[in-house]
This record gives sequence, structure tokens and C-alpha cells, in this order.
Amino acid sequence: MSAAVPPRVDPGRGLSLRVTSKTPAADGVVALTLTDPTGARLPDWTPGSHIDLILPSGESRQYSLCGDRWDAHTYRVGVLREPGGRGGSAWIHDELAVGDLVGIGGPRNRFGLVPSSRYLFVAGGIGITPLLPMIAAADRLGTDWRLVYGGRTRGSMAFIDELAGHRDRVSVLPQDEHGLLPLADLLAEVDADTRVYCCGPAPLLDAVDDACAHLPSQALRTERFAAREQGAPVRDTPFTVALGRTGTEVEVTPDITVLEAVRSAGVEVLSSCREGTCGTCETTVLAGDLDHRDSILDEDGRAAGDCMFVCVSRSRGDRLVLDL
Amino acid sequence: MTAVQTLPTLDLDPFDPEVLRDPLPAHAALRDAGPLVRLPRYDTYAIARYDDVRAALSDWQSFESSAGVGLTNFRTETPWRPPSLLLEADPPGHDAPRTVLAGILGPRALRRLREDWAADAERLVSDLLAGGSAEVDAVPALAEAFPLRVFPDAVGLGRDGREHLLPYGDHAFNAFGPTDNALVLAGNADVAEHSGWVGEQCRRENLAPVGFGADIWAAADRGDLTHAQAPLVVRSLLTAGVDTTVHGIGAVLHALATTPGAWDLLRARPELVRGAFDEAVRWESPVQAFFRTTVRDVPVGRDGAVLPAGQKVLVFFAAANRDPHHWTDPDTFDPTRDPSGHVGFGMGIHQCVGQHVARLEAESLLTALLTRVTRLELTGEPVRHLNNTLRAWASLPMRLTI
Repeated sequence: MSAAVPPRVDPGRGLSLRVTSKTPAADGVVALTLTDPTGARLPDWTPGSHIDLILPSGESRQYSLCGDRWDAHTYRVGVLREPGGRGGSAWIHDELAVGDLVGIGGPRNRFGLVPSSRYLFVAGGIGITPLLPMIAAADRLGTDWRLVYGGRTRGSMAFIDELAGHRDRVSVLPQDEHGLLPLADLLAEVDADTRVYCCGPAPLLDAVDDACAHLPSQALRTERFAAREQGAPVRDTPFTVALGRTGTEVEVTPDITVLEAVRSAGVEVLSSCREGTCGTCETTVLAGDLDHRDSILDEDGRAAGDCMFVCVSRSRGDRLVLDL
Repeated sequence: MTAVQTLPTLDLDPFDPEVLRDPLPAHAALRDAGPLVRLPRYDTYAIARYDDVRAALSDWQSFESSAGVGLTNFRTETPWRPPSLLLEADPPGHDAPRTVLAGILGPRALRRLREDWAADAERLVSDLLAGGSAEVDAVPALAEAFPLRVFPDAVGLGRDGREHLLPYGDHAFNAFGPTDNALVLAGNADVAEHSGWVGEQCRRENLAPVGFGADIWAAADRGDLTHAQAPLVVRSLLTAGVDTTVHGIGAVLHALATTPGAWDLLRARPELVRGAFDEAVRWESPVQAFFRTTVRDVPVGRDGAVLPAGQKVLVFFAAANRDPHHWTDPDTFDPTRDPSGHVGFGMGIHQCVGQHVARLEAESLLTALLTRVTRLELTGEPVRHLNNTLRAWASLPMRLTI
């Protein structure tokens, strides 16, 4: 009985899962389902979580889990083919096949659903994926919710059929039929008790951000898959990273990352996106003045100064001490 | 269709004082009887083998907690207090409180406490040994004294009334048993007073501006919890964070005092301290068992046994932690063992969120003792403290030789 098999979690290396289905979900979008080849449970997750899919090159891409967490044996992700991308989505669309094994990292959640009496979900295109499990959660809790779902064309918008049972709560607004989402109107009606969850392309996130200016800062929760634009590093001269556990010191010149420097000192830090969005390489900071360059930490997290994402973040001062 | 299987049945009262005093034979009988055992005494079921316990604890989809993790079924009976947002909750309601507490009590957040707690443990041990080698009752003098010094401060409780913490927790853990049981009835007399005090401490204005309690209220200000949830999350710390740790520390002190060579080994190899505490948690299982409630018919084990929907089932962490099919010499406390995978802190989404706090408390105290004390030994007969859920010592007379 597969239910009796506990999950095989190896946080250091992640899971290897089998692709059990690959079906078109919209123009340019495929839905993959993944299961453990031994029939084991998969690690638990919460709405808003993503997994890393490991490409043959060893790089990874992050995809939101958009399936049913009451099914402990199946993960589902939706993958948009990104013609201008770095080749990850093209590999998934063109090469990855049913029956293949694929490496998985996570799941991790940087977009958790906070409790509220009301939710407004705003999805742009493939940004619908993390919102689907949130909608299921809100529904189960009996919480009032509404979804506004935009996309280029109706045919490009995935999983519309799964929302059919919620017609009175869902507005599907393809751009070629309705123009841009009426964000200003939508968000003007939102009260301070509503939590707004938005996922989609950067221009949508920026527009929602602007339209939420009148709301308390915690009202809006967004997830960015693309890294935030960062200015130049604060410091353009080398600095020293000391490894607190061994006393080893290593110099970080402007042309390398802290991650690379630490690795050159023989210390393995697991990393994934290399752009400060996935959170895999989180490292405890024991001392030093940080130049945070990730898209993950909020102001409080940055001010705390006790952790950094070594794939992108750097030092303002001469020296950092890391718990490595 | 398969025939309805006859389940093994044991005429066993897991809450009988004699069983609580020495539960090991009952746990062995449950493991031997089968993967799923009927306990007609309370019209309930039991799971006691390691693989099946672990599977049941992992499978929150089939084994719910929101009907209560004691014998009382919250679907049909009224709980003695508003249910916990963590222990007695299921996803998705469970998600936010769990996420918030996991952050506040996580290893990274605890780093700032490490030095303070080490220093506090050294002071406690120095005071005990101020007159040289000492004979003490290690339960009040160490196992209770240290958590009660550091944990209420870490939460941010005021100075007054801390004596309510242990009896409140003790009653909460008794109340997972049958409500007409002598331990519960005895606790009922004072519970309103303890509950009232605990409830008051959960309010923001009664908590220090820095501490786990303030962190929980700050999470509510950020919108990660509702303000209505915050006091109940604080209450979870105060209910589950004191007695359990006290009994865990009692267990490791008893184990180290009674296992030949163990104290000398830890003195020689202090890096074994952390593992030794977890090994004691496996060996003694301070939390012995919790109930779950099935949301559908659930197969248990590999021989076709089926637990019907809507049933309470007692999931024995303690029996799993000594299952000879999983552990070599399970009844031996072995400080060099790798106890990884023990279910003494539970398993799955409800696994003890405060386990890192418990480990840090135990490690701080043991490290201070190992530095000063060359020999730890019992000087009299230890006395059990009985609780429907917890395995505990009331008294551990010991000599600490410097």
C-alpha cells in the first residue's frame, strides 16, 4: 500500500520524480504531473509553494505547485513556453516526456497564504498557477474570495475550465476581448481587511503595486519569478568573507559572487536560481554589513541582517562572517 | 469485495495507572498483536508499530487532528478549552500558525539565545555545586529549574505566576485521556485558575517587548496571523513548551545516571550531547501517544487491516520508538546511536515545532553539567509522575560529584 511509504526527503539532493502526464493546458502551456517512482508520499506543501525542476545542464527553474495537496502522491505544475527565455521551458516543452525522471528541489514557499476574511486574487497568464491552491484553500475555509484573471487571449489562459464551478467569483478577462485589467477600479473597492494576492508578469505586478498604494503595506502579497531590477553593488572593491565554523577567509572580488568565493574555499552551499529569487542558498550571517540584492527578503528581513542569499547579495563593508 | 477482517483486540486500558507506571509491556503487546489493534475499553483503535505509526503521522489527509488529538471527539463533544490552532488543527487553517511559529522557533532565530542559555545553565550548576559535590532531586533542581529559568523569559512572561505553567501543561496533557479518569478529575479542581492565568499572559500587554510572544504579535501586525489568532498561538507555546521539555531533560538525566559509562563517554566526547538528548527522547518518549481521527476508511499495515472512517485511533510514538523491527536493541539507551527518524517529536506537519528550543535547553544544561560534574548517579529509588500522555519522573534523587 503506497500510503504506508513515508516521503523520501533528501534536502541536500532533492527528489527524482517521474513525469506521469504531460498535457496541453493552453496555447504555449503544458501541465506536468510528477510522482515518486517508488510510490512514496511526496513532501508536504502549502498554497503558494514552488518546486525547482532540474534541467539536464544542472540549472533549475522554479514552478508553482498548482495541484491538489490532498493528493499526497502527485505534484502538478504548469509550464509556459518562454521563447525569449534561457531554454528551460523549451526543454520541458520539447524534450521532457512522460515516463522520464526529473530532479526536483523544494518545495519551498515564499508566497504563503495568510489568514484573512476576504481575498482578491489577481492572475496574469501563467501566474494563475500558485493561485489555484490558494483558491482551493479559501474555498475550504469558507472565506470570501474573488479572482480576476487576465491573459493575452482566452486560448492562452490555462486552467480556466477548473474555475468553471466558481463563475460568480471569477472574472476571466482576456486582453484581446477586454483590454488591460481594470486594476484601479478593482483595487479602489478593496477594504483594509482584504488580502490581495497577485502573480504574473512584472508590468502587472508593478501596476498592482501602484494601485494598492492606498492600502496598508501588508494588504498586498506578490510573487516575482523574475528578479527585481537591482542597481550596481554598493561596493566596487574586494571584501573578505570569513567562514565562522572553520576560520577560513576568502576574498570576494567584484567579478565573482559570494557563492563562488565560498565554493572556491571548498564549502558546498546548495544553490539553484543564481538570481536571488528561489531562496535555496540562504546562509546565516554572523557579522557584517550586507548589500542585499535578492528579490526575496522584505524590509524587516533585510534590516535583521542575519541572513543572505549568497548567489547575489554582497557586502557593504570590508568583511562578512558567515555561519559556514 | 473482501470479507470484513477481524482485527486483533486487546483488553487493555492505556490510561490505567499501572500501565502508565510501566507502559512497556502494553506497548509490546500492541506491537505484537498486529498493525491495527482494537481497544474495546474506549471503543477505539491503536497503532504501535514503527512503520505504521510513521505512516499514520505523515498522512494528515487521512488522519485528521481537528477532531482533537485526545479521546474526546470534537465533532460530537465539547473540548475543555478552545482548540489549539496548531495541535488540534488541519490544513489549510493550520498553515499560517505553523509557518509563523516555525520561523520564530527555528534554528536561525534561536542563535541569539544560545550564549545566554549557556551562561544561565552555568550559573544554575555553579549554584548547585557551590558547596562542592551535591545530592539533589534532579527533577526540581535541574529538569524543572532550567526550563523554568529560560523558557518563560524567552517567551516574555512576567515574573509573577510562573508556578501555574507546570500544572497547566500537566492538566492539558492529562486531558487527552478519558475525561472521567482520576488524573483528569484531580486536575479539574484547579484548572480554571491555571487557565485564567495562562490566558492573561497571552495578551500583548502582558508580554515583554522582546521574545517569542512579542514575535507572535508582530506576525499578526504583519498580517501573517490574525490578531484573534495571536493569543492562541502564544497559548500553544505555554501549553506544549514546558512540561515536555522538563520531562525530556528528566529522561536524559535518568538515562545518563543509569547507563554505565554514558557520563564518562559524554565528558570525553561532548559532541555527542545533542544526539544523546534525542536518543533519550526516543528511549523514553516524553509524549507517549496522541489520537488521530480517520476521515475515510484507511488501510493500516500490509495485511489488509482497515481502519473505518470517523474513528479515533491512538498512535503510539513510544511503542514505535522501541519497535525491535526498526531499532537494534531498542530498550538500550545508547548515546552513540543515530536516533534519526524517531517519532518522539512526532512526524509530518504536526511534528513538534518547538523541538529546536527543547534541544537547545537540554544541550545548554547538559554541557554545563558535563563541564563540572565528574560522576552522576542515583542515590535512591526514582519515582514516576503519572500523566495520561506524558512519561515523566516526579523525583530523581542524584549525587553530582565534582
